[in-house]
Amino acid sequence: MTAIQANQLDRALVAAPASSMAASRAPLAAVSAQRFNAWYGPNHALVDVSLDIPVRHVTALIGPSGCGKSTFLRWINRMNDLVDTARAEGVLRLNGCDLLHRRVDLVDLRRRVGMVFQKPNPFPKSIYDNVAYGPRLHGSPGRAELDETVEACLRKAGLWDEVKDRLRDSALSLSGGQQQRLCIARTLAVNPEVVLMDEPTSALDPRATTRIEELIRTLREQYTIIIVTHNMHQAMRVSDRTAFFYHGRLIEQGPTDRVFNHPDHPETRDYVAGRFG
Amino acid sequence: MSTLHDRAKRLTSAAAYAGSIACAVVIVGVLLLVLADLVRRGAGGLSWAFFAADAQGEPAGMRHAIEGTLILVALASAVGVPTGVLAGVYLSEYSKERWLATPVRFTADVLAGVPSIVVGILGYELLVVPLTGYSAWAGAAGLAFIMIPIVARTTEEMLRLVPHSYREASIALGGTKSQTILRVVLPGASGSIVTGIILALARIAGETAPLLFTILGASMITRDPSKPFPALTHQIYVWANSPDPSRRDMAFAGMLVLIAVVFAISLGIRLTVARAQRRR
Repeated sequence: MTAIQANQLDRALVAAPASSMAASRAPLAAVSAQRFNAWYGPNHALVDVSLDIPVRHVTALIGPSGCGKSTFLRWINRMNDLVDTARAEGVLRLNGCDLLHRRVDLVDLRRRVGMVFQKPNPFPKSIYDNVAYGPRLHGSPGRAELDETVEACLRKAGLWDEVKDRLRDSALSLSGGQQQRLCIARTLAVNPEVVLMDEPTSALDPRATTRIEELIRTLREQYTIIIVTHNMHQAMRVSDRTAFFYHGRLIEQGPTDRVFNHPDHPETRDYVAGRFG
Repeated sequence: MSTLHDRAKRLTSAAAYAGSIACAVVIVGVLLLVLADLVRRGAGGLSWAFFAADAQGEPAGMRHAIEGTLILVALASAVGVPTGVLAGVYLSEYSKERWLATPVRFTADVLAGVPSIVVGILGYELLVVPLTGYSAWAGAAGLAFIMIPIVARTTEEMLRLVPHSYREASIALGGTKSQTILRVVLPGASGSIVTGIILALARIAGETAPLLFTILGASMITRDPSKPFPALTHQIYVWANSPDPSRRDMAFAGMLVLIAVVFAISLGIRLTVARAQRRR
């Protein structure tokens, strides 16, 4: 199915909404996938994934390495466009808009869907300029407005008190955990609706991890958060809903509590019990 | 494990260490030897007149040639630096179209290895005879021709060293490719790109062969680039072959000045970059 066919299917679905179980249970979906398939070259990375991700909740994607959870994440902001061999079929929507359409405005999409990466990747610029980077890309904000945005985002990311006296210092002088919170502040500065987090704490020590997890809990009041994690305890601590991927298929999804304590599928039970992965 | 074996290992290690130190000393030693010889034979030729008068002056000087070299290098860089940097950006950032990038990269490597006398003859055949006559335009074109592949390839290599994660971060924030290149990738590599440009500047400031058949040389101050033009290297070449010993002394002084000019250019640019980076 090409992107154009996907669009036709999209319209068909608008006419007759699909009634998946998750859709009926969860409030208003921010991101919605219906029979979504993705490939890297001949490698079928995601098979018939149907998943609704509710607004202003934290959704954790879990599963062993290579199960497709990061692939799914990178289709939501179309970062996979950077990979030559990547292609996808099916339906993937952000607030009802078809994300796979050929004419999707990628700049606008990525402003609405922010991303935090596995390794903290601040620019080799000052702390201030890192947070101001996004607003400056999308317009030429005045000095006062920019100061305000930078402060607000650093406060939201819980970093303001630590850096307010050295905003002009290089971001690379911060510790790993501070750098990751700076990256979160940088993402918030373009005012996204959805924040994607790809194993945001896997390069951090336990204390820095705890701070990021607390931060995720507070951010869910304003943002839809999708977090990929290898750490099942982390999924339990931060997420409202959990989706378990295995070999490119979505095996099970639901409220985190239920997925971990009363999983329907034997694979899920084995994975959350730590028997493989 | 025997002690004998250990001693052999230690000896090998010590020999390798001593060898690498010796080679490093040889490099510095050769440079010092050249500098010392130049100072010994050239310092005598330095005088107020050397910097104030031209070749026709009494006493003669090299002001015309120093100015000529600065103008030629400036003209060549005005074309060579932007062309080289942009070509490097293309090779590093946009080279998914292999049908174009691979030949461009290969050509740049071949061009960088073309003997400079060939560039001189080419300049004569393609510019001097049919178009410009002996002129600064033809000389600067030859120098730019040498400069472009050097700048392009160093720019490409330096941009490749910028971590992919910076590009991802910018694109994930909604940056377009050109915004990402201008605001993150190029600034991230600016220091090393400037170093590459300095090396290219030093290289063309010292070139003689591409100028021999293009600028012809001039013995007085001229600022008209469409006329036969003086250059430091060219004047050194002419005077070094002179039967007049005082002219040969001037040639040595000219070499000393040439090295000083190249040193001043690189120092100046480095300081400017360092200051700019501190401000950032």
